[in-house]
Amino acid sequence: MRYLPLTPEDRAEMLGVIGVDSIDALFVDVPGVARRTDPVDLPFHAGELEVEREMAALAKRNRSAGEGPFFCGAGAYRHHVPATVDHIIQRSEFLTSYTPYQPEIAQGTLQVLFEFQTQVAALTGMEVANASLYDGSTAAAEAVMMATRVTRRNKAVMSGGVHPHYVETVETLAHAAGVATAHLPAAIDAEDAVIAAIDADTACVVVQTPNVFGTVTDVSKIAAAAQAAGALLIVVTTEVVSLGLLKSPGEMGADIVVAEGQSIGNGLNFGGPYVGLFACKEKYIRQAPGRLCGETVDADGRRGFVLTLSTREQHIRRDKATSNICTNSGLCALAFSIHMSLLGEVGLRQLAAINHEKARALGDALAAVPGVEILTPRFFNEFAIRVPGKAAELVETLAGHGIIAGVPFSRLDATAGLDDVLLVAATETTLDIDITFFAKVLAKVIAQ
Amino acid sequence: MSMNTVGRPSRPETAANDYVHPTLTGARGLLQDEALIFELGGWDKTGVDLPEASAPSDALDGLLRTAPIGLPGLSEPETVRHYVRLSQKNHAIDLALYPLGSCTMKHNPRLNEKMARLPGFSDIHPLQPQSTVQGALQLMDRLAHWLKTLTGMPAVALTPKAGAHGEMCGMLAIRSAHEAAGQGHRKTVLAPTSAHGTNPATAAFVGYTVVEIAQTADGRVDMADLEAKLGDHVAAIMVTNPNTCGLFERDIVEIARLTHAAGAYFYCDGANFNAIVGRVRPGDLGVDAMHINLHKTFSTPHGGGGPGAGPVVLSEALAPFAPTPWLVHGEDGFALVEHAGEAGAETAFGRMSAFHGQMGMYTRAYAYMLSHGADGLRQVAEDAVLNANYLKARLSGAMSPAFPEGPCMHEALFDDSWLEGTGVTTLDFAKAMIDEGFHPMTMYFPLVVHGAMLIEPTETESKQELDRFVAALLALAEAAKAGDVERFKGAPFHAPLRRLDETQAARKPRLKWKPVAAAPLAAE
Repeated sequence: MRYLPLTPEDRAEMLGVIGVDSIDALFVDVPGVARRTDPVDLPFHAGELEVEREMAALAKRNRSAGEGPFFCGAGAYRHHVPATVDHIIQRSEFLTSYTPYQPEIAQGTLQVLFEFQTQVAALTGMEVANASLYDGSTAAAEAVMMATRVTRRNKAVMSGGVHPHYVETVETLAHAAGVATAHLPAAIDAEDAVIAAIDADTACVVVQTPNVFGTVTDVSKIAAAAQAAGALLIVVTTEVVSLGLLKSPGEMGADIVVAEGQSIGNGLNFGGPYVGLFACKEKYIRQAPGRLCGETVDADGRRGFVLTLSTREQHIRRDKATSNICTNSGLCALAFSIHMSLLGEVGLRQLAAINHEKARALGDALAAVPGVEILTPRFFNEFAIRVPGKAAELVETLAGHGIIAGVPFSRLDATAGLDDVLLVAATETTLDIDITFFAKVLAKVIAQ
Repeated sequence: MSMNTVGRPSRPETAANDYVHPTLTGARGLLQDEALIFELGGWDKTGVDLPEASAPSDALDGLLRTAPIGLPGLSEPETVRHYVRLSQKNHAIDLALYPLGSCTMKHNPRLNEKMARLPGFSDIHPLQPQSTVQGALQLMDRLAHWLKTLTGMPAVALTPKAGAHGEMCGMLAIRSAHEAAGQGHRKTVLAPTSAHGTNPATAAFVGYTVVEIAQTADGRVDMADLEAKLGDHVAAIMVTNPNTCGLFERDIVEIARLTHAAGAYFYCDGANFNAIVGRVRPGDLGVDAMHINLHKTFSTPHGGGGPGAGPVVLSEALAPFAPTPWLVHGEDGFALVEHAGEAGAETAFGRMSAFHGQMGMYTRAYAYMLSHGADGLRQVAEDAVLNANYLKARLSGAMSPAFPEGPCMHEALFDDSWLEGTGVTTLDFAKAMIDEGFHPMTMYFPLVVHGAMLIEPTETESKQELDRFVAALLALAEAAKAGDVERFKGAPFHAPLRRLDETQAARKPRLKWKPVAAAPLAAE
């Protein structure tokens, strides 16, 4: 077997050194009832060629985004990732290293994390950021738990604009931990409605901008109201490219910002692995989840980086830790950081502007389709439309025409009574001809 | 022959000697002293060529950025050089043995990377119509089949994104099962003192109180203590098997029986599944839930700290409570039930993350499983255990094994009693290993062994590499015992950096780069 270096002679010699007759002698502690003498009932080993054939056959049964018109967003976005990114993340030293526990021989990873934290802090407009969490949704759940520790209160209020899957993720964890949640009804343009729901028990309010319907909101008023009531404002962003164009959550007064970082440097990958961005005000850092990388010096006084404030973490604090997270999204954070370094401020602003322009073109084209109504008043690169009939059925029909038309809202929340709402997104990868074709076929399908 | 002196071959002009001096630039030969991206002056630069865009919509008036963000850019050559220079300051499994106990640093096959990058897997959206992703759903179904067959368990929740996330998934399923059975008063979780920190952290995070179980002198669960602590208040036990001392819990079947008799569930931490894959099925041991770190046993790369994946296999009793999405076989092929409470997932405890889990890790792990097959995976466990016992046998003369009696499983645990009187600590010894070209073993874990050194070689090390490692450790042990203390106290001397001041980092945290004097940010 190509991944196993030991030869039969090696094995025999090593058993001799150990002083046993057979490999079975090393498994003597396994109870008799559980000792298997035969291999389990699965196929035997296969060569590279055979494995490639089987994997390629499975891959072929999927319609990839690049094959044609494609307009899905709703928390995962198709952007162009420069070739340099994928080349560098496959370097052995980044790909096959562990969490940087030995800083003297992990300065590569550590400096990247320090740069990543600085980039995320700048992008979100916050004072500090951590070294990544699993994804945007789990970051939102961690943020809510952190807010309960900071405020010693026990309730989270979530707007009707927060991605329903994020809400479910938060609720799953919060309810297990005994934290109450109040989730306002799905609403296209009502982030401000959370203000009325804040009470003396509220640890945090969670709002999203651009929200799941694509609506962009100035959350300054919400920040002021939350803070006046002693609660924290958590701002969620699922499309970080928007931060190249829009005011940052930090500028608007957020206490904690969580974001899905997939859009920068990472592919769609059917939902994972992605990279959760987590940033907050510096005064709360000791309650933050996840790893933090900090600057220090070595014995010769040279600058270096280490994982720090680990007394918050599970391997030190065990049942008193701020989170149970260990492995996070290191390589995805690296991809994010490389892509961001390539873009720079100049490139990010331009990329954001192009995304917005494409979405406006898509909006103009779809608005002209009889029966279609644009519902989102202010958007970045994604918006909601109302279609005649059920959006889910329309999407299936359009898939038959080779168009991946977007995400029906009912797929995210089937109980909201928004079965006729479709979320559509455009990015720099969207071609003008894709937009024209989509509008044309949509008009035809609706007319039928 | 070198031709660097105008065509004439050259040779060293002085004999080798001990003269070592710091360089004038901070670089050391091939190791560059690399600045931060924020210090490279690229405030107006970009490494991408994008078309011009029009001004934004008036609807966004008042919502646009006006101040600079503070993000530097680099051209493509500068970017490549920056990251390649940084990469060279990392140890990696591709470079040498990486014997971090409990971490399973094994070879990461490049075929898996190639497969994960097929556009049919990497360029599909989690929410595009399910009719257009049947191959992806089929891959998830096959991965699930392999995991269930290898563990002898009837169900698996694929979505958890890492081991600790898997623990949370398992514990939430247990909690839901108790609540459904009117057993919600059970609020205690038992875990051995030797448990991974994630176990008590997870249990506490989902609302349980953790009580520790004692350990016997031979490194296993103390059955009398377990029996005494079990009762109507206990929701679950969390036991790692093979345990964190690298030993198989001999009484595991009895542990499961006692746990079930007390009305509690048995959560097994599967971090060490690599030791038994293909040889022992946890389902045969009475386990109710166990996460499998695909980034350990099934070789998806660790990536400097993730991403991982932590699917959780579940018993019949817990399966109904698994989180959404659920993969089901429908009339028209595979389908996902995405919301708790919907038909087909009525009793699901909720959702662990926005989408369907770590697809990029599923593809890699499945390619790895196909490559090894049932026969190869069994050999994986055998070679992993053989390599660890070989190291234990070769090193035991010089170092003190924590549990000398009987075989270990996939990792060999030593304590620091052999260093007594030398003035050298476990930490010093580890740092000296860096100078000899090896990554240190896991140190000071498990907590139950003084000055612990936990060595996990994995099955992908050749005998030659193991012998090279043994030779290095024996030489270091001899130096320590011979009083060559400075070699250890000052180590590492030959790494990219010397020992770092972690105390200063924690006392005055500097968690991001800040401009020194006048901000070099470009004005808009």
